[in-house]
Amino acid sequence: MNELALQVGQTASPEAMLFWILAPLTLAAALGMLLVKKAVHSAILMAFVMVALAVFYIAQGAPFLGIVQIVVYTGAVMMLFLFILMLVGVDSSDSLTETIRGLRPIAITAALGFGGLMVSLLGRATLGRGAVGVEEANAGGNVQGIAQLLFSTFVWPFEVVSALLITAALGAMVLAHHQRIQERPTQRQLSISRFRGDSLATAAGLPAPGVFARHNAVDVPALLPDGTAAAASINASLKARGDVLDSSRFELGTVDTSIEEEK
Amino acid sequence: MNAANYLYLSALLFTIGAVGVVLRRNAIVVFMCVELMLNAANLSFVTFSRINGDLNGQVVAFFTMVVAACEVVVGLAIIVTIYRSRRSASVDDASLLKR
Repeated sequence: MNELALQVGQTASPEAMLFWILAPLTLAAALGMLLVKKAVHSAILMAFVMVALAVFYIAQGAPFLGIVQIVVYTGAVMMLFLFILMLVGVDSSDSLTETIRGLRPIAITAALGFGGLMVSLLGRATLGRGAVGVEEANAGGNVQGIAQLLFSTFVWPFEVVSALLITAALGAMVLAHHQRIQERPTQRQLSISRFRGDSLATAAGLPAPGVFARHNAVDVPALLPDGTAAAASINASLKARGDVLDSSRFELGTVDTSIEEEK
Repeated sequence: MNAANYLYLSALLFTIGAVGVVLRRNAIVVFMCVELMLNAANLSFVTFSRINGDLNGQVVAFFTMVVAACEVVVGLAIIVTIYRSRRSASVDDASLLKR
């Protein structure tokens, strides 16, 4: 530890093996988070990074933080992320085209500079002594040691953090509360607006999905008399997901109408 | 095993998170990248706790986790509110102050 230089290969302890296997995977997952298009895939990779970090904490003599990391991050936070992704729409994939011109090269250059600076700084930093290790501090138990500090030196920040948690919970409730500006339309108003609207085309309701007598699933658009698919017969979210079958397959003209073996 | 390796990993994770915040436009992914940066900072706290041989770093990492949890709760509520009014979770679409 006297010089904080990368010492690849000369370490063979179990921890070193764990590190050299898991650290590249963690970095790859973090990079993948940047590169994948779908937000859900990012979330899964993020969960992997969180679990890997929990393993690192446990390997570094912080079992309490490791468990908290798994419970809080992969348990609660990632769950919340996936939940919001579900609400906002799983198909909300980023278009990876850049909107601000020249942003991407600038960002990548700045990141390379920053990362290089950090790594070279760490490589040149010296401590004048070796790493002490937390074995001595953990002698009475890691949880007990943290509790000792938390309720003596850090008791004021601890109380402030509890106030912060309550404020955050209240803030989330206020933000998520949805106040109706207009009253919900009644059945009568809906009915009137249907018949007094611009056209009577949908007054009797939208066309039902399915090709008459051939296929009645909801993901098959109905066929209009001229043979085209009726787009209005399919749920919009099915359409957005791309889960719509081609209804021309079930057209009567293309179907084999020989019925002798059916009987 | 050199404890500094964890610091290198932490620095790289932080850099990746920062690039993600700048480059990605889906607000949720931006948020996840912020989380990644917080986690990278936590890793270096835990590592410094080990280097210095006391548990102060671990306690600070614990506080960071609490603050990160608060941040996620409020941030995701904001994203849901924006999505409700604009039907989009892209950070580029919420640009009303620009005009």
